[in-house]
Amino acid sequence: MSILTTTDLGVAFSTESGTVDAVRGVSLHVEPGETLALVGESGSGKSTVALAAMGLLSGNATARGSAVVDGHEVVGAPETALRRLRGSTVSMVFQEPATALDPLTRVGAQIAEVIRNHGDVSASGAAARAVDLLDRVGIPSPAARAKAFPFQLSGGQRQRVVIAMAIANSPKLLIADEPTTALDVTVQAEILELLRRLAADTGTGVLLVTHNMGVVADFADRVAVMLQGEIVETGGVEDVLLRPQHDYTKRLLAAVPRLAVAPAGVGAPAGPVPPGASVGSVASVVVPDGRHGAAPVVDLRDVSVAFGRGARAVHALQGIDIAVHAGETVGLVGESGSGKSTAARVALGLVKPTSGSVHLFGSDLRTARGRDRRALRSGIGVVLQDPVASLDARMSVAECIAEPLAVHRRGLSSADRRKRIDEVLDAVRLPRTLASRAPRELSGGQRQRVSLARALVLSPRLLVADEPTSALDVSVQETVLEVLRELQDDLGFACLFVSHDLAVVQQFAERVVVMRQGVIEEQGTTDTTLLHPTTDYTRRLLAAVPVPDPVLQRQRRAERLATLAAVDA
Amino acid sequence: MSAVQIAPEAPGTPVVVASTGWRLAVRRFRHNTLAVIGLVVIVVIVLFCFVGPFLYPTDQTHTQLSQANLGPSAAHWLGTDAVGHDVLGRLMYGGKVSLMVGIAAGILATVVGTLWGSVAGYVGGWVDAVMMRVVDAGIAIPALFILLVISAITTPGVGGLIVILGFVSWLVPSRLIRAETLTLKNRDYVLTLRAIGGSHARAIGKHLLPNSVSTIVVAATFQVADAILLVAYVSYLGLGVQAPATDWGGMLSAGLTAAYSGRWWLIVPPGLAVILVVCAFNAVGDGLRDAFDVRGR
Repeated sequence: MSILTTTDLGVAFSTESGTVDAVRGVSLHVEPGETLALVGESGSGKSTVALAAMGLLSGNATARGSAVVDGHEVVGAPETALRRLRGSTVSMVFQEPATALDPLTRVGAQIAEVIRNHGDVSASGAAARAVDLLDRVGIPSPAARAKAFPFQLSGGQRQRVVIAMAIANSPKLLIADEPTTALDVTVQAEILELLRRLAADTGTGVLLVTHNMGVVADFADRVAVMLQGEIVETGGVEDVLLRPQHDYTKRLLAAVPRLAVAPAGVGAPAGPVPPGASVGSVASVVVPDGRHGAAPVVDLRDVSVAFGRGARAVHALQGIDIAVHAGETVGLVGESGSGKSTAARVALGLVKPTSGSVHLFGSDLRTARGRDRRALRSGIGVVLQDPVASLDARMSVAECIAEPLAVHRRGLSSADRRKRIDEVLDAVRLPRTLASRAPRELSGGQRQRVSLARALVLSPRLLVADEPTSALDVSVQETVLEVLRELQDDLGFACLFVSHDLAVVQQFAERVVVMRQGVIEEQGTTDTTLLHPTTDYTRRLLAAVPVPDPVLQRQRRAERLATLAAVDA
Repeated sequence: MSAVQIAPEAPGTPVVVASTGWRLAVRRFRHNTLAVIGLVVIVVIVLFCFVGPFLYPTDQTHTQLSQANLGPSAAHWLGTDAVGHDVLGRLMYGGKVSLMVGIAAGILATVVGTLWGSVAGYVGGWVDAVMMRVVDAGIAIPALFILLVISAITTPGVGGLIVILGFVSWLVPSRLIRAETLTLKNRDYVLTLRAIGGSHARAIGKHLLPNSVSTIVVAATFQVADAILLVAYVSYLGLGVQAPATDWGGMLSAGLTAAYSGRWWLIVPPGLAVILVVCAFNAVGDGLRDAFDVRGR
């Protein structure tokens, strides 16, 4: 018997501007021991389905149809019945481990509370069970860690604690809503491994809500694809991911940037490759560290940045060298805390290096003052991550785009300004009529293109893009990257492209700089570095990226585990 | 006067842009019944105080002892006080002073607080630390104590009263605006502007202030309500404007003795007026806060 069955499930939200049907006619089922992935882009209603199955919808939502969990109808059930169900028969893992735990309670006590909520267990018995659970989710020295507060744990460990709470009462159904989205890829791989093992051991059914096709390929048995509140395609993971039937699924999969991997079994070329050596790829004309003839557009030399002073100082960057030349794109990759954003901010002059030098267009940023400094900066364009925070909500699109003109081209007539705005709007493929609209009325992808238009309005020689597409859906990301690439071909600006997504960087950058904890692990041409990395760290990073191909991903997972086991041995 | 302007057309509205945003805010405000009632009450009381004297002229400068202490009648709708002034006329006359001082002091406090708080928040570092410790010290001294000391030394006029009240109440808005500035100055659009070489002046003038307008306007509304209450308060303590001028607090103070002799018309009207106006401003402030909240920044 299915552990979860929804039949014609619908959810409507009543809002200020009328009723919105977020979910319509969703029928799905999850069998014991099976993982069903619910995939879709933002606004597709996938999280709403998950919440409806838990009976956790917000007050302005009404559910129709039926959702049966282990024989109990959830839609319209009274709160007391739902409470009995939640945490024991069905439990949930949320996206953000930082907010899922109570910061003022020790993690052992939080797990024990969940156990005692649903069973007649003594306090000491529950505490002992909590330690057992921490051990099961792979937390080292669990007895000691049970006494830790959440802030003393890393993000990955916190998510393990959240999972320990979710499995505390051996639920028959586990709902995981983007359980690894807030985590780095290496941590993501570990958490997915943990979930897979737990589900296999206990025969728990898993409803996995995610936007990441790689995660689906890695973890799911079956897939349901959602579009605008409806399921458009359901099937086995290999059928859906490798032989999609519906147009939307095809488009979605086509938009996913795929990490090209060296053919299995070939691996890195025999013998250690000296850093910077070219491995006979097409890009070998570019010297890997990028220091050829002409002066670089931006040149960071031996840059260190420390926040704070003395023993408590945080060393965000330690002696890094990065150069970007005219017309080339350098990808800056690394996990959170690697210092990649700080490096970009040093290049922008927003963060002052503690030591080392920054040359922008051949001039030293330390000695440039006043007018010269302003002139240097007029050659920079900036695109930052958050499409909402990037544009001032109180300005029109035209005002946002024209801001750099107002700073550097004061004398420009309003007709010329108007013309220039129209030109850049054309360049980023937005209709000119958008100029008078407010940013609020635009979608995330449109906003990022407005940011790009603003960055380009002064015809910069250097574009610094810090995770410009991370907050966007894959199909939107594809368009934005396409526009960016076209513009770079036309205008020839250099680009420093910061991203945590190795697949995007692989497609987009000619050279890659891999950072880890404030130092550069390795850098070189993209083909060399990402196909045949020379450091263990880069190799581990690459191995952890899930690819949206279940067959290939299974193979990669086995290889990765074998490598890890070899390291441990 | 200023109450009418607060709602739909606060200063610094970019004309092209946020038309829909402002329309949404107005719609939100209209849905808040209490706030709309508050706005109507304010308009009515302002008209009463500033237009009323033309429709119901009374002599508020000369004492007429022959007319003293009369109860409500056709000639004196709300009776007369101990020196023969018509109480209804006096309510208008005193209301002018109360509203003018209250609104001006509230706005002064908000302006000073905004400047202080935004500079502290934007500059940061030790400047922020010093400026905020000044605010902490100011908040630690009870306003009542300062007011009593000043009243022992001097008797200020209307202008002086505005300055004194403004000076004791700018501290709270300065904290509010500092907090707002701290979050705004790290927004991506401010960073982007700084990265391409935009000046601090531009960051503050074009981004920080316009985006704090909602906070500032809401703070100002509450500040005006507080200041009107404070005016009544200090006049009651004898620091207010001097006779024959008066305000609602002064009227309450003068009528205090009458409370025991059953002359309710000296106490109830000014007391009700103060309560009504203060509640109305608070309701409008609440409504504005909800209205601005929807802009999804």
